[in-house]
Amino acid sequence: MLAYIGRRFVLAIFTVWAISVLSFVIIQLPPGDYVSSYIAQMASMGSVVSDEEAQALRIQYGLGQPIYVQYIKWMKQVVVGNFGMSMEWKRPVTEVIGARLWMTVLISVSALILTWVLALPIGIYSAVRQYSVGDYLATFIGFIGLAVPNFLLALVILYFGFVLFNAHIGGLFSPELQDAEWSAAKVWDLAKHLPIPALILGLAGTAQQIRIMRANLLDELRKPYVVTARSKGLPETRVILKYPVRVALNPFASTIGYTLPYIVSGSIIVSLVLGLPTVGPLLLKALIAQDMFLAGTIVLLLGVMTVIGTLISDILLVWIDPRIRLEET
Amino acid sequence: MAVAATALDSQRIFVASQWQLMWWRFRKHKLAVASALVVAGFYLVVLGADFLAYADPDASEAQRSLMPPQRVHWFDGWRFAPYVHGFKGARDPLTFKRVYVPDLAVKVPIRFFAEGFEYRFLGLIPMNRHLIGVDGEATKTIFLLGTDVQGRDLWSRLMYGTRISLTIGLLGVTASLVLGVVLGGISGFYGGVLDTVIQRVIEILRSIPTIPLWMGLAAALPREWTVLQVYFAITIIISLLGWTELARVVRGRFLAMREEDFVVSARLVGCTQLRTIFVHMVPSFMSHIIAATTLALPAMIISETALSFLGLGLRPPAISWGVLLQAAQNVQTVAISPWLMIPSIPVIVAVMAFNFLGDGLRDAADPYGR
Repeated sequence: MLAYIGRRFVLAIFTVWAISVLSFVIIQLPPGDYVSSYIAQMASMGSVVSDEEAQALRIQYGLGQPIYVQYIKWMKQVVVGNFGMSMEWKRPVTEVIGARLWMTVLISVSALILTWVLALPIGIYSAVRQYSVGDYLATFIGFIGLAVPNFLLALVILYFGFVLFNAHIGGLFSPELQDAEWSAAKVWDLAKHLPIPALILGLAGTAQQIRIMRANLLDELRKPYVVTARSKGLPETRVILKYPVRVALNPFASTIGYTLPYIVSGSIIVSLVLGLPTVGPLLLKALIAQDMFLAGTIVLLLGVMTVIGTLISDILLVWIDPRIRLEET
Repeated sequence: MAVAATALDSQRIFVASQWQLMWWRFRKHKLAVASALVVAGFYLVVLGADFLAYADPDASEAQRSLMPPQRVHWFDGWRFAPYVHGFKGARDPLTFKRVYVPDLAVKVPIRFFAEGFEYRFLGLIPMNRHLIGVDGEATKTIFLLGTDVQGRDLWSRLMYGTRISLTIGLLGVTASLVLGVVLGGISGFYGGVLDTVIQRVIEILRSIPTIPLWMGLAAALPREWTVLQVYFAITIIISLLGWTELARVVRGRFLAMREEDFVVSARLVGCTQLRTIFVHMVPSFMSHIIAATTLALPAMIISETALSFLGLGLRPPAISWGVLLQAAQNVQTVAISPWLMIPSIPVIVAVMAFNFLGDGLRDAADPYGR
C-alpha cells in the first residue's frame, strides 16, 4: 500500500514539474522579455524605470541567460511564493489571484461531489430497473450531458432563466452581498448560488459515471452470488446494496482522477459565461492583455491543485479497494 | 428449412472478410447507421458550403442588422412555389431598437439553382449557381436564419462555419492519430522502459487541466498571423493534448496481439519489424483505431468551438461555429436575438452523431465478440 502511494506521489511530483515547465513556456511565448514590456508599460503610465532598476529585474529573472537558467531562477522565486508582478493590475500576482483561486476550488469540488451524489443512485437505479422508463430517461439525459459542451449549457440555462423568470442566474453572490464582508448571510447566499454552476460543470461527468456504474452493476447483478443471496431470503435492497454495488463502486471511484482535471478545465470557461468570480475570467483577461506572469501563475496553480486533488482521490481509492492495497508492486 | 438457412448463414460468416463482418454487425446498430448518415450529411455541407450558402458570408449591410429569421411560405395558393415576404425596417420610437415587420405586399420568390455570388465549387470549378436564391436586387433577399449585428446572413455563415469547424476537427484528429499510433505503438510493441516512460507521460498529460493550457498557447499566437496560419496552429495545439486516448487504445491492441500466433510466426519466418507491424498487425486492429478516432473527434470539435468562443481560437474574418457563437456570449443580446444561438445546434448534433457512430463502430470492430 505504501509502495503504491509512494509511486503515485512520485508521479504527482513529475506532473507538477511538467506543469511548471508548460507554465514557463506560456510566460516565455510572447515576443519581448518581461522587463522590456514592464518598462514600456511603466512609460505609458508616465513613470520612468531607472536603468539600475531594470538591470536589477533582469538579473533577478536571469534574462539574457540560457533558457534553463531563466527557468531555474523563475522556479526559485515561485517556490518562495513570489510569482512576479501583474502588469495589468500593478500588484503582485498572488494578491490579484487571492480569493478567486479558492472560489475555483470550491466550485470544482462542489461539482465533483454533485457528480457522485447524482451518478451513484441514478446509476444503481438504471441497472436494477434496466429498460424501464427511468433508465431510458437517465440514458437520454446522459447523452445530452455528454454532447452539450458545458459553456453552451451555461448559455442556454442563462437564457431561459432570463427569458422565463427574468432572473440573472450568473454569479456566485447576490449583487448587494458582492463586496460585503464574510458573514452567515453571505455564506448562505453563496450556498444558494452554487448548485447551478456545480450542476453545469458536473453534468458531463455525471453522465459518464452513470454509464460506468450502470454497466458495472449490470455485470455484477448477473453473477451467481447475487442469486444465492436472494435465494437465502435477503431483502432486495440488501442484496443489491451490500454486495454488487460495493464491487461495482471500484472502477467508479478510479475515474475520479480523470474527472477532476476535466471539471477544473470546464470551470474556466463556464465561469466566463456565468460571470463567476473564479480565476477563469482573470486568466482570459491576462492572456488577452499578455499579462504573462499572471496567466502563467494561474495555469501553474490550477495544475498543481488538480494534481493534489487527484493524489487525494488516489489515496482514497487505495483505502476503498483492497485489491490495490494488496498489490505487490 | 430453418436449419439450412442457418447453415448457409454460418457458411457466409466463415468466408466473409473482416470488413464484411463488421458491416453486418454495424448495420444492426440502427442509431449508429442513422448517425453515419448525419455525419455524411455534415461532410456534404463541408464540400458544398458555397453552393448551399446563398449570400456572401462576409457581405455586411447595416440596414439589415439583427434581422430575425424569416418564415418560409411553401405554397402560393395551391401551387408549390416557396416565397418569403419582404421586410420593412423601422425604429421603435420608445427603445430605439431596430425592428422589422414583414411587408405582406411584397413576395420574394425563392428560386432553386439561382444565380448568386461567384465561387469555385470544390475549389476548382468556377460557378455562380446556388441551391436556393432570389432574383432581383439586393434588398429583396432571404434570411432563413436571420442576420447578425453586422447584417450578415446567418445561414450562409453557418455553412462556411461548418466547413472550418469540421475540417479543423478532422485535421486535429489526424495529427493526434499519428502521434497516438506512433507513441502507442512503440509503447505496446517494445514494452520495457520505453513503455513505462510513455505511459507516465500519458498519465501526466491526462491529469493536467487542458483548457487553461490551450488558452495560454492559443493566446501566444502572433496577432498578425493569417487566418490560415492560425487555423493550423490551433489544429496542432488541440491535437498535442488530444492524442493520449488514441495512444492508449493502440497500445492495448499491440499488447494483446504481440503474443498471437500469427505475429509470432511472422517474426519467426524473418519478417522485418516494420513489415510485421504494418502488414500483419495494423490491419487487424485498423477497425479499432477507426472507432477510437471517431470517438476522439467530438472533443476536437468542442475544443475548437470553446477556444474560438473565448476569442482565443480562430478570429474573424475566419468563420467557425465558435466564432459564430461569440456573438451569443452576452445574455442580453441573446434574449433580444435568440437566433444567434442557432450555431449551437450543429455543434450538439455533430458531437452526438460522432459519439453514436463511434460507439457503433467500436462494437462492430470486434466481429468475433458476443
